Amino acid sequence: MLRFSTWKFLAIVAMTVAAVLVVAPSMLSPSHYEELKSRLPAWLTPPTIVLGLDLQGGSHVTLEVDQADLISTQVKNLRDDVRRILREEKVAISGGIGTTTRGVQVRVADPADREKVLPKLRQLRNSFSGALMGGPSPLDVEASPDGLIRVTVTDAGITDKSRKAVEQSIEVIRRRVDALGTREPSIQRQGDDRVLVQVPGLQDPETLKEILGKTAKLEFRLVADPGQNPSEVEELDQVEQEGKLGVEKQVMVKGEDLTDAQPGFDQQRSGEPVVNFRFNIRGAQAFGEVTSKNVGRLFAIILDNKIISAPRILTPITGGSGQISGRFTVEQANNLAILLRAGALPAKLNIVEERTVGPGLGQDSIDAGKRAAYVGAGLVVVYMLVTYGVFGVFANLALFVHIAFIFAGLVLLGSTLTLPGIAGIVLTIGMAVDSNVLIYERIREENHAGRSILASLDAGFTRAFATIVDSNVTMFVAAAILYFLGSGPVRGFAVSLALGILTTIVTAVTMTRMMIAVWYHYARPTKLPI
Amino acid sequence: MKLLRLAPENTKFPFMRFRRVSYPFSAVLSLIAVALFVFKGMNFGIDFAGGTVIELRAKSGAAEVGTLRTLGEGLQLGDIEVQAFGNPADATLRFGLQPGGDVAQQAAVERVRGAVGGYYDLRRVEVVGPRVSNELVQSGTLGVVLSIIAVLTYLWFRFEWQFAIGAVIATMHDLLLTVGFFSITQLEFNTTSIAAILTIVGYSLNETVVVLDRIRENMRKYKKLPTAQMVDMSINAVLPRTIMTATTVMLALFALVAFGGQVIRSFSVAMIWGIFVATYSSIFICSPMLIYLGLRNEDADKAAQKHETERKADAAVSAREDVAEAPLSAPPKSAEKASAPSRKASGKRAKTRPA
Repeated sequence: MLRFSTWKFLAIVAMTVAAVLVVAPSMLSPSHYEELKSRLPAWLTPPTIVLGLDLQGGSHVTLEVDQADLISTQVKNLRDDVRRILREEKVAISGGIGTTTRGVQVRVADPADREKVLPKLRQLRNSFSGALMGGPSPLDVEASPDGLIRVTVTDAGITDKSRKAVEQSIEVIRRRVDALGTREPSIQRQGDDRVLVQVPGLQDPETLKEILGKTAKLEFRLVADPGQNPSEVEELDQVEQEGKLGVEKQVMVKGEDLTDAQPGFDQQRSGEPVVNFRFNIRGAQAFGEVTSKNVGRLFAIILDNKIISAPRILTPITGGSGQISGRFTVEQANNLAILLRAGALPAKLNIVEERTVGPGLGQDSIDAGKRAAYVGAGLVVVYMLVTYGVFGVFANLALFVHIAFIFAGLVLLGSTLTLPGIAGIVLTIGMAVDSNVLIYERIREENHAGRSILASLDAGFTRAFATIVDSNVTMFVAAAILYFLGSGPVRGFAVSLALGILTTIVTAVTMTRMMIAVWYHYARPTKLPI
Repeated sequence: MKLLRLAPENTKFPFMRFRRVSYPFSAVLSLIAVALFVFKGMNFGIDFAGGTVIELRAKSGAAEVGTLRTLGEGLQLGDIEVQAFGNPADATLRFGLQPGGDVAQQAAVERVRGAVGGYYDLRRVEVVGPRVSNELVQSGTLGVVLSIIAVLTYLWFRFEWQFAIGAVIATMHDLLLTVGFFSITQLEFNTTSIAAILTIVGYSLNETVVVLDRIRENMRKYKKLPTAQMVDMSINAVLPRTIMTATTVMLALFALVAFGGQVIRSFSVAMIWGIFVATYSSIFICSPMLIYLGLRNEDADKAAQKHETERKADAAVSAREDVAEAPLSAPPKSAEKASAPSRKASGKRAKTRPA
């Protein structure tokens, strides 16, 4: 009991000092922290506790690839591919290309023709998903004896496409969110078809949702002439006016050929907010060519399949720049410019979960959490003191170090502190002393049973240890499972709880033991003080 | 200094005699809990039911719940729930999933913003779509089931099978009563409630393990004693600790309820109930189960073999006691000297007796 090796003693003291040092920067006010940072070398930027969105305010938005939209886009592309192949092979079909929910079907009556196109159709697999080696095929090509050929996108194909869409989306979303000028947004993929966007400290979460929810697929197409072949024309909604407008299916220039887009004001006429854009060389050439040939006609500026405006081509536009007007507010023009600069999303994304906390509420939660923690810790400390006297002092010192360890753990793991996380810490304050209680009660018991003080102390620690480990393992398992299955704030709770359980073993068992050993050495008590 | 003792010393409560009362009592409570769950149901929060919660703060400083309700009903968002809490400026709006998928949920929030945005700040907006809420239900259920299985596996390795079964039943009991508690209070049940339930499961097992540990120890020490008496003795021995720990945890939880704010209140309230139930069940449900399952002290020998490590720890205590006594401690009092050897001797006899 008394023989406590020097290195163990030093190790515990060192750990405590280290923990306090790690936690200290987080306890400073922001201005003091900045001052500290400026005085330290750059490689020694002290890490601080990361507060969860529920505490610092911010938005947590989960976006999901719209499966129906993704599938219909794939089917449309597939149809174009099939049409191209049939045309290239000069194969006659009976009845046109039909679409099914997941693919297309054509009837090729001539067996020789079928033999000709089937290998080509099968090759679509490679172009469909790039180099998807070894995996299940993204496309099913079936031919029935009566001449019906079906090309279907398989589940594997859809998963693959949505995974790729998510990957590309992350880049686009990052550019969009960065344009808002927020600090440290986190954009992560989640599963096969989701993107989790977390933006702390946002004053106006509406703008975030505004720019996340738009695909921003920009197209320039000619407005159809009355006499045009209906198969080349598509009716689209208009933003400014009621009713639909027929536009050509063929796209003159796409949004990806934009190099820049900036909000501005219409200089010549109304002075209303507009978006000025600039094409790259390819876009400028294409746009110049089409406008030269179609002077006098209308062309439509289409965003996400809605016509924003349909101005008349007065003169050929060859300069490679232009302007989109559509009775925007300043804010709308701003957002549209951001969207156009960041590029289009490869698929439509829906918001499936949103949790937004304003900065005011976050601060209130921090205050509430602090108050609860102080009061909870205060009550426990006083209670331990009045119950165990000098041993209570030891338990309380250990409790202090325990809390320092939890916070140090949070800082070092870079784990976020959430409101449930604070609850977890307050809860572990109550439970940390459980180990002390187990030991102390055991010591009393052994003493009552007639052992000497020293023997009771020793037996108390040794016997209670097995129980402490057993009972904490169960709690730890619960916390671990909560961590792996939970999300966001609940995860923060699991981390605090797990850290709290781990540190109890060190603080309540080893530290208390050390303090009691030192106390015994100097006090030489004749009676157990509890 | 006179120290506070909440728990009476050296109690000899015949806890096991209560099993004829506590079992039917708990059985009835559990049935009521199940009935409540089935017929009354839970007040599922938006995490599980899907829907939207908006926390508002009136710019004028006084939220008008009545006006908000009329406004909300005018928006035709289905059942809309308006609640005031804490601060007179604050209120929450809650409504269920809107037909039309994820896009419709966002549109609904927009309508509310348009209607109340002029007079209220939207301090918190949470929207959970239908698919996400389904997944949260799944992962929540999975979490509770997995953690019970994991913990039981651990107990099975560490203790005898009767102990593990006793612990399962006690844990199930706590789980049911907690669910019943959520149902009867209509406390909102959300992901933090799952955290509360898992913590209660953890705490319940923690309590159970402490009691079982002592029972196992005493099984070996007092082989002649009838099981019921031995179990009673063990529970009485750990009773001061049980009361102490429950009190400290309760103190922390009361601080959370009083000061922790709205968001975690349901968590804290549920935890308080859970601590209470867990303490009860470790004494009155789990321990009597050992008797019903026919645990006898002869099993102690198997237990002793199974837990070789603990024997070593015990032996180490005795050994060190012999060494430590002489050179280090102050001259022992005669009373201590007299009683110590006899106890040591009996302890050793129990340990070295062949199976």
